[in-house]
Amino acid sequence: MTNPTEAPAEAVVEVPATPVARLKAALAERFGERVKALPAVAGEVAIEVTAADWRAVCAELRDAPELCFEQLVDLSGIDYLHYGIAEWKTESATRSGFSRGGTRFVGLGADAPAETAQSARYAVVVHLLSVTHNWRVRVQCPCAGGEVPIIDSIIEVWPSANWYEREAFDLYGILFNDHPDLRRILTDYGFIGHPFRKDFPLAGYVEVRYDPNRQRVVYEPVSIEPRVVVPKTLRDDNRYAPGLTARPAGRG
Amino acid sequence: MSEFRNFTLNFGPQHPAAHGVLRLVLEMDGEVIQKADPHIGLLHRGTEKLAETKPFNQSIGYMDRLDYVSMMCNEHSYVMAIEKLMGVEVPLRAQYIRVMFDEVTRILNHLMWLGAHGIDIGAMTVFLYCFREREDLMDCYEAVSGARMHATYYRPGGVYRDLPDTMPQHKPSKFRSVKDIARLNASRSGSLLDFLQDFTDRFPACVDEYETLLTDNRIWKQRTVNIGVVSPERALALGFSGPMLRGSGLAWDLRKKQPYDVYDRVDFDIPIGRNGDCYDRYLVRVEEMRQSNRIIRQCIDWLRANPGPVMVDDRKVRPPRREEMKGDMESLIHHFKLMTEGYSVPEGQAYAAVEAPKGEFGIWLVSDGANKPYRVKCRAPGFPHLAAVDEMVRGHMLADVVAVIGTADIVFGEIDR
Repeated sequence: MTNPTEAPAEAVVEVPATPVARLKAALAERFGERVKALPAVAGEVAIEVTAADWRAVCAELRDAPELCFEQLVDLSGIDYLHYGIAEWKTESATRSGFSRGGTRFVGLGADAPAETAQSARYAVVVHLLSVTHNWRVRVQCPCAGGEVPIIDSIIEVWPSANWYEREAFDLYGILFNDHPDLRRILTDYGFIGHPFRKDFPLAGYVEVRYDPNRQRVVYEPVSIEPRVVVPKTLRDDNRYAPGLTARPAGRG
Repeated sequence: MSEFRNFTLNFGPQHPAAHGVLRLVLEMDGEVIQKADPHIGLLHRGTEKLAETKPFNQSIGYMDRLDYVSMMCNEHSYVMAIEKLMGVEVPLRAQYIRVMFDEVTRILNHLMWLGAHGIDIGAMTVFLYCFREREDLMDCYEAVSGARMHATYYRPGGVYRDLPDTMPQHKPSKFRSVKDIARLNASRSGSLLDFLQDFTDRFPACVDEYETLLTDNRIWKQRTVNIGVVSPERALALGFSGPMLRGSGLAWDLRKKQPYDVYDRVDFDIPIGRNGDCYDRYLVRVEEMRQSNRIIRQCIDWLRANPGPVMVDDRKVRPPRREEMKGDMESLIHHFKLMTEGYSVPEGQAYAAVEAPKGEFGIWLVSDGANKPYRVKCRAPGFPHLAAVDEMVRGHMLADVVAVIGTADIVFGEIDR
């Protein structure tokens, strides 16, 4: 045990103690204004990059010795169309009473104004891991191109992005510049649409069955009605009010 | 003059070595693979989209069905992501139970893998041996959750219930003699922990048995040594994790490096390979079974000595007990709200990863403050592994494709989701 009073003043170094704080400092120092820090739960770091800067930032994240993100753990798309929009009113009473939420997002098509503060409807999110420093970061990049989202491919930075980008293209219709083989990956051969978009119905558009007369499999329009068993509700949960807890509010 | 051309071979989706529904389109030059193009998605069920339409708790059962040979590890990742967002503190006993069952799951997975991998490349007996031990661990699943495979046992805030004091017994039937039944039930007379302890006493000898069949077996080595070699740098770049990464010589294990629950309180070693071939990955997984056995032993000792709650005592997360509901209006309301609407998770994003038997299984959870997740992304370890099969099999013979698919421990439930 050393006596703290005897320790020389120079020994108090500026390097923050926790790896998360060190990572945040390293990111801020290297990228400055090019990345925006996003709120994240304790122990996580999240940043946002612009689509124009996407590939350059990724390459730097991998190559910079103080960051050293050797591995792309995960890449996925996200559709912010219905972010923060409930299917069921909870704040005010209605004259007609509450339904059991038989319909989904009435009047909320692709052209409905999104209340969210997101700059773009679609985003690509990657999770990176540094084996050297033992830390992770989540990087979000809003896609350019509005309803036809487009973004640079990062295969040349991390080869594992190949299939992940195919998946994001398949499920969200996000196009990746310079991807050598942008085919569908999870859905059926000849599938139409991008099923994970929020305006794609859960039941889909077609169903498939074997037709004994024609002796082959046939596609038909779905016969089931979409319905909501448990409506999505947003409640003002004051337990998580910022004044009551140190946990950061807001999306990451 | 005859003209030689490459030809295309369709492997699967209905092929016993395709581990479910893998379709590989192989471009062959004679018997040598020039290119492999895996077609996946034949088991795509849209788990992530389904999870977006349900309250958080109702999707725990879907997680079992992702990687359907390491069920509880998937649940673990999902409930950890929810706990991270809600800031729920899990009781210590529940953490030990989770770690114990994660390791039971790891042994289950590796036994399944070893048996299937063995049978794929010509070792029949080891399959039967592996399934003998799997049966006992399945019984543990059944005792604790009521289901042999899809347990839905972990919950945000803990586990569904405490470990049972009795084990399910074999019943007499016309197919089994009384003596047989008595032998089978001998280890089942006590609690689940007694049964598991008995298993951990027996299991190292069982692993020795598998090893006598395979480790020095000439045919086994001919089929696996120097097949599908991956360098550590390449393994990282390709997104490998778990035994695939450790087989290449990188000592990376989330249980040690980024410990969750009580992994920092138990003692175990990380085996690593040297050459990054199929044989090294086999050795890594066999050693992992021994280490899991060690962890289970430590958990049993702790759990015996430390009774306590296994679920967080928060009525907004955990439904009340039935007895309380009978006499308490507030409990009844809580139960009703939790069962119909579910709890709301504060707005935010979280990524929770566990060291699943196949590698890093992660859940990226986005909540917009509602009672359902806004986006759930399951990061399946097998996905990048299968994506790298093309690179691993190029230049190998057709028969080696089976060895490479086997060594990657492919399960389509998690890859196709």
